[in-house]
Amino acid sequence: MLSALLALGVLGILFGLLLGYAAVRYKVEGDPLVEKIDAILPQTQCGQCGYPGCRPYATAIANDEADINRCPPGGETVIVSLADLLGRDPKPLDEECGEEKPKMVAYIHEEICIGCTLCIQACPVDSILGAAKQMHTIIESECTGCELCVAPCPVDCIDMVPVRQSLDTWKWPAPPPPPYEQAADGSSNPQPAGAH
Amino acid sequence: MTLQTPPSPHIHSGIHVSSLMLRVIAALIPAIICYTWFFGWGLIINSAIAMLTALASEALMLKLRKRPLKPFLGDGSAVLSALLLALCIPPLAPWWITVLGVAFALIVGKHLYGGLGYNPFNPAMVGYVMLLISFPLEMTRWMPPFILEQLEIGFIDTLGVIFFNHLPYGLSIDALSSATPLDAMKTDLGQNNTVSEITANNALFGDFAGTGWEWVGTWLLLGGMYLIYKRVISWQIPLAVIGSLFVISAFFFLMDPDTYPSPLFHIFGGATILAAFFIATDPVSASTTPKGRILYGIGIGIIIYVIRAWGSYPDAVAFAVLLMNMAAPTIDYYTQPRVYGHARGKD
Amino acid sequence: MRRLFQFKGGVVLKEHKKDATALPVQPARLPPRLILPLKQHIGNPAEPVVAEGDKVLKGQLIARAGDAICAPLHASSSGTVIAITDQPVPHASGMSAPCIVIDTDGEERWRPREHHVDNFAELSAQELRGIIHDAGIVGLGGAGFPAAVKLDPGGRPVDTLILNGAECEPYITCDEMLLREHALEVLNGLLMMRHALHAKRCVIGIENNKPKAFRALCEAVRHSDADVEVVEVPTIYPAGSEKQLIQVLTGKEVPSGGLPLDIGIVCHNVGTAYAVYRAVELDQPLISRYVTIAGSVAHARNLEVLIGTPLGDLIEECGGNRDTLHRLIVGGPMMGTAMHSDVVPVVKGTNCVLVESTSHDVPLPSRDAYAMPCIRCGNCADACPANLLPQQMYWYARARDFDKIQDYNLFDCIECGCCDYVCPSQIPLVGYYRYAKSEIWNQEAEKRQADLARERHQFRDFRLEREKKERAERHKKKRSAVTQGGSDDKKAAIQAAMERVRAKKSEQDSTPKNTDNLTPAQQKAINDADQRREEKTATSPPDRPQ
Repeated sequence: MLSALLALGVLGILFGLLLGYAAVRYKVEGDPLVEKIDAILPQTQCGQCGYPGCRPYATAIANDEADINRCPPGGETVIVSLADLLGRDPKPLDEECGEEKPKMVAYIHEEICIGCTLCIQACPVDSILGAAKQMHTIIESECTGCELCVAPCPVDCIDMVPVRQSLDTWKWPAPPPPPYEQAADGSSNPQPAGAH
Repeated sequence: MTLQTPPSPHIHSGIHVSSLMLRVIAALIPAIICYTWFFGWGLIINSAIAMLTALASEALMLKLRKRPLKPFLGDGSAVLSALLLALCIPPLAPWWITVLGVAFALIVGKHLYGGLGYNPFNPAMVGYVMLLISFPLEMTRWMPPFILEQLEIGFIDTLGVIFFNHLPYGLSIDALSSATPLDAMKTDLGQNNTVSEITANNALFGDFAGTGWEWVGTWLLLGGMYLIYKRVISWQIPLAVIGSLFVISAFFFLMDPDTYPSPLFHIFGGATILAAFFIATDPVSASTTPKGRILYGIGIGIIIYVIRAWGSYPDAVAFAVLLMNMAAPTIDYYTQPRVYGHARGKD
Repeated sequence: MRRLFQFKGGVVLKEHKKDATALPVQPARLPPRLILPLKQHIGNPAEPVVAEGDKVLKGQLIARAGDAICAPLHASSSGTVIAITDQPVPHASGMSAPCIVIDTDGEERWRPREHHVDNFAELSAQELRGIIHDAGIVGLGGAGFPAAVKLDPGGRPVDTLILNGAECEPYITCDEMLLREHALEVLNGLLMMRHALHAKRCVIGIENNKPKAFRALCEAVRHSDADVEVVEVPTIYPAGSEKQLIQVLTGKEVPSGGLPLDIGIVCHNVGTAYAVYRAVELDQPLISRYVTIAGSVAHARNLEVLIGTPLGDLIEECGGNRDTLHRLIVGGPMMGTAMHSDVVPVVKGTNCVLVESTSHDVPLPSRDAYAMPCIRCGNCADACPANLLPQQMYWYARARDFDKIQDYNLFDCIECGCCDYVCPSQIPLVGYYRYAKSEIWNQEAEKRQADLARERHQFRDFRLEREKKERAERHKKKRSAVTQGGSDDKKAAIQAAMERVRAKKSEQDSTPKNTDNLTPAQQKAINDADQRREEKTATSPPDRPQ
């Protein structure tokens, strides 16, 4: 009895030392987790997650302060990638943050715009060109579709429109699954209706 | 008029799952006739029971899984599994053995895993192993091949035996059952007889691998060659199974011909040929890479020999196939072919 | 005799090449309208140099190359430019792209000749490439890479120039007819290409199902005493694919993700060689090409077609019925693209128009619409000439696991369709690979965009921070100036300045921070805008220029 206790105790101490040594020896430098999470996030900078941008949200996830399902622009893809990265179970998008939609870009109706610069101040990625009392316009290729410019506009001249499709951005659709699988899964691949 | 815009290619060879399955079934027919010649109507009746059960189980499961009957019931895969299982069941086994085995094979072995294309194990072998373990007595009562020369056991008589356990001519069940050559060999070797002593005075062992069995094996071999020629199955698996079994059995045979039977006996006795060409090549559960198929086949050959020579079962085809089924995904993963334009040595 | 090698896999297909080779090639009827897409090649679109209403001559430059990887465009016939707009182009999407539309005048008047080359061997490689580039020549085998770029080895040695006359797809016979009728010209074009590349050797590969073309080429080589090897290769699809032809002729493999040039090989299509000959010797830019019209037409044949001719015109000319079209394929049945409409034009890379109509017997045995589950038979892997595992890629494409599918080397897939052709479950495998590839490209583009957004966001944060600091700095300075500044007149000056600012501010507030305290002028602007918007939304939904 005593010898057993002794043996177990010694073993416990040995393994404890080993673990302690490993923790010191293989300590991970810095906090690459935030970087990794940030790399997965879509960088829309829309704040729908409740944090002022993608990086703060990434930091919050890394610190276990936020859940992984709060990014509507990233949608399921981002949730699954985050779950993979963090070894958690994927879960459906948090509804209070918003819903997943196909990517849109902002479009300013230039004949209505009064040049108030409010949208310029709201844009998180500086993708609106213009100056005071000058008409504003969106640099479409740099717009993340965050919608942050829509609300501040006093004359409601900003609309979110689908991304312009061209031969270069056209994607081959997934072949439709056979009818028997559609019936069984109750789902088919929804294709976002693109503008032509 | 709206034009159809499917992705390329716009033509197809016309090969269909059902045409593959039908070719395999066709390749089995000569062997089935030969089998009937030696062992009577049992196989035909069992096959009919098996096929009906297979179609019924398949239909039931498709209904339960809310899949349409139309493409799946006609794909021939259930019928083929049923035929393969019927070939493994003793010809005079009672009807419920066949029904149970086939139903288990299709319901548990196939549909519970997701149906056609998703079963990790060969359904026929799953059914067979279940029967062998649950009903060892019924599953080892084989017909002596020469009995038909002495007694006329017709179609009706066979039906009587299978369905009502009604034995003709007032025979006892023992008179109608015997061991397979493999079984007999194993038992006799266990009693310290030499191979030549065992085969010398026993008509059961035929010319080289057992009366009847050797000819069934030959026809299966021819059917298998036809399938390779028609590219329904690949050559790697049959060659690897038979080749590895040949090499290993030849090795032991040359070491000690008294304790270890000849390679020919191993290859044509039992279900080796059936396994090599028709069971191990079941595409769903086998390896799919060229190198993988060879490893997979060699694995089956070795396991067959090991169990036959040193295990407690006389034949081991089903176990060998199921064991290698388990290994197939791993084998596939490690035997990916070198892709065009990639340096040799790495992937 | 050259030792030939084998590529792995491949399939033997029914050729269907007899019909369209019975009649000699003749020019197609001049269409009333030509539609010339600005982008008929890999690279950026050409830039128009004509305007609506301009009269153009046959062969006249109508769009110039903007950068290095681009090909200029020429009027295929004389006439009037009636529009430069988006028109449906031959693309799988069925979408429209910018095109120059020309109404022909039927006179076929050529532009004046611009150069005379008496002996191309006296030109430098650079000059020769210049002529080829200016003629708008792109690879005529289908991919459409600008030929001049592909003829510039960039200082790297070229051991073998391979001319691809294999033409392995069923139905297509335009290269075969070209070789039968213009072997000498093709050979001359090849020698010009060789001159541009300084290639050591020249090999022409032809599938052994075209004995007449082979004989014509051998005859031409003997006649001109050129040091060119003409080799027959076995007829196995896809022997005409660049990578596979290189493997058959040399035994070498093009490295994954690399170019044939990496192993000292350049490969061109026979049609390209012919176009080079015409450009150099005859000063004719690429404005026409041989096109096979086959399938459900009364007279399957090859025509010399002006670039920009709508497909419907060709179908009518060959006795096809445009009203009963069921499928219209540009290219061959294995790799061609199904069109959404028959108004799309022939472009530089169009080698074949394959017609399937409901009024004829359906000539193309298609895949079932109803795919069965994969049974892992491995037929696809056996048929794959790239030695891939198509069934694995199929699983991952279906599961949208785009990392895993790249581990299985998706991007080495040449989309030849062999796997699809032999699949007993009739799964549209190539459709899945195309889908996966375009999803991956899209993800990469999104990634690039996300990186850009991150950068810009970080810069904005930095800018705001800097501005805040600067403002604080200014305030501090000002305050210290106010408190420490001794003299009264200085204080008075500051006071006056602040008064002025305040007055100005109340006069017009140029930067409203919110809408609560608006100036009347602003309020009016807002009201005006509101009204305009209301009128607008009442009449039509918000639109945008397309």
